[in-house]
Amino acid sequence: MSIDARIADDQPDSFAFTKENEAEIKRIIAKYPKGRQASAVMPLLDLAQRQHDNWIPMRAIELIANKLDMAEIRVLEVATFYTMYNLKPVGKYFLQACTTTPCWLRGSDSMMRCIKDRYGIASGETSDCGRFTLLEVECLGACVNAPILQVNDDFYEDLDYASTGALLDSLEADAPLPVGSVSGRSGSEADGGATSLAALKPAE
Amino acid sequence: MLKDEDRIFTNLYGWADPGLAGAKKRGDWSNTAKILKLGHDEIVERVKASGLRGRGGAGFPTGLKWSFMPKEVGDRPHFLVVNADESEPGTCKDRDIIRNDPHKLLEGCVIAGFAMRAHAAYIYIRGEFVNEARRLQSAIDEAYAAGLLGDNAAKSGWKFDIYLHRGAGAYICGEETALIESLEGKKGQPRLKPPFPAGAGLYGCPTTVNNVESIAVVPTILRRGADWFAGLGKDNNTGSKLFCISGHVNRPCNVEEEMGIPLRDLIEKHAGGVRGGWDNLLAVIPGGSSTPLLPQDVCSTITMDFDALKDAGTGLGTAGVIVMDKSTDIVKAISRLSYFYKHESCGQCTPCREGTGWMWRMMERLVRGEAEIHEIDTLEQVTRQVEGHTICALGDAAAWPIQGLIKNFRPEIERRIVAHRAASAVEAAE
Repeated sequence: MSIDARIADDQPDSFAFTKENEAEIKRIIAKYPKGRQASAVMPLLDLAQRQHDNWIPMRAIELIANKLDMAEIRVLEVATFYTMYNLKPVGKYFLQACTTTPCWLRGSDSMMRCIKDRYGIASGETSDCGRFTLLEVECLGACVNAPILQVNDDFYEDLDYASTGALLDSLEADAPLPVGSVSGRSGSEADGGATSLAALKPAE
Repeated sequence: MLKDEDRIFTNLYGWADPGLAGAKKRGDWSNTAKILKLGHDEIVERVKASGLRGRGGAGFPTGLKWSFMPKEVGDRPHFLVVNADESEPGTCKDRDIIRNDPHKLLEGCVIAGFAMRAHAAYIYIRGEFVNEARRLQSAIDEAYAAGLLGDNAAKSGWKFDIYLHRGAGAYICGEETALIESLEGKKGQPRLKPPFPAGAGLYGCPTTVNNVESIAVVPTILRRGADWFAGLGKDNNTGSKLFCISGHVNRPCNVEEEMGIPLRDLIEKHAGGVRGGWDNLLAVIPGGSSTPLLPQDVCSTITMDFDALKDAGTGLGTAGVIVMDKSTDIVKAISRLSYFYKHESCGQCTPCREGTGWMWRMMERLVRGEAEIHEIDTLEQVTRQVEGHTICALGDAAAWPIQGLIKNFRPEIERRIVAHRAASAVEAAE
């Protein structure tokens, strides 16, 4: 029984940063004034998560506390306060679906339904194959390209049921679609032609 | 409609090179040292004269905010902190500045930092913007390599450093004191004010926190003149502004427009109109999720600026315009926002921690009509008990959308309660 439902029961016995990451840690700590190394706690948690299959083991929490001269509980407090730190394993493809009102108005229910139809998972669950974890998240800040599905670091935009399916197909084949809008627009301009800055538009 | 030559963000859609070479072609970093020669206080005066009001939501005059920083640097260094924790539902403008025009933000940091006698800026970007953070970091690296940042920033003689700090998924860190706490390596829980950040902010030092857009427009304002900026828009609501138009429009988009543009023009000229035509419009949330919605009749005449929207009982906020047509379950749409605020409450103040959950559960009952008519008033009263009784404005932000719903759509809420009661009575009789 873990101390918190968010924290994995099965924990590795040890954790150490790679040599490259140790050098990166020095660069990160140098960003903050002397004696303010606690400021580096968030970037270090992120670094640990990236090194360790997208989740942070308790040994890493202890190590970071040690490195930054912080109490372990202060580091754990930060790790549990912010939603992006995973304290238990997630699938290779971590699907974060935005369902806040702007995405919901543009059909995030269809996007969620597509994922559910395929893997039978609800928010917080991992597919039987172990490769896909779904999490319903709050506003991702790309509302004019709604609905959005964040896959690990990347935003996929303007999704509907069919295009979500095509995206999942590409992930299953380990050949992800190009990042961004699936409707073909390059950014936040109106679909079918921007209404401003036309003179700066590149030739087709 | 704003002319292209008056647009500040000419690479808004990312069609050209976001890097230093492209930015220089767009006029960025051209003779930055000459601007700094104006002196700290003259820059502040010119930003004041431009009428620029903060683009992060509250609309506080930017130049005035800068003037609150101490005029002499004592034993504590000054800091500029840029709030790039863009998370207000409906808002996605800073993302475009960061990924497509990052050098406007960096040059703005040098100028604003110099104006407030700071030698360092921290840019706090929301954690989900991973690719945007990479783009910004590469712009920072380029600027250092070109001598635009560092010991003699842009050959001005002023030392200036910019550091990027990534968040990790907490809306509350968009609140300036929560952001400072987070930057110090703690949970993002807002601080009581006073002391204000200008007195004791980051590491207890004088600090000003500004939104990305507020800082990124400063170089252009100083190059083209405060008069040019003040000549756009309306009195007390000057300049141009990035608008994000999402929801039930034919072509959702971001666009830079003049302050005070009629809402209807914004939707019809830039976003392809409301799905199904203007008469199919139900309501608009004009400035990000916390601003109370406007019913269709008001939308037909309202202009998009701080003062007009305030007079209409709502706000310009971040200018994240969320459009809802007549197919929308309006109670559900607002209830989803109630869930958002419940999820994002930091848990520090009781009225917000308990109130946001209570309001959301009540809203879910109203979605289904499982309530008594008088409970609508109870809910309205509870929103008043939360509003204004918390350290930060998240409590207010959770209360306002519900107040807007009750004010404008009370008959719809009552209809559901009556319908549910009738359905239950039939069930009981069978």
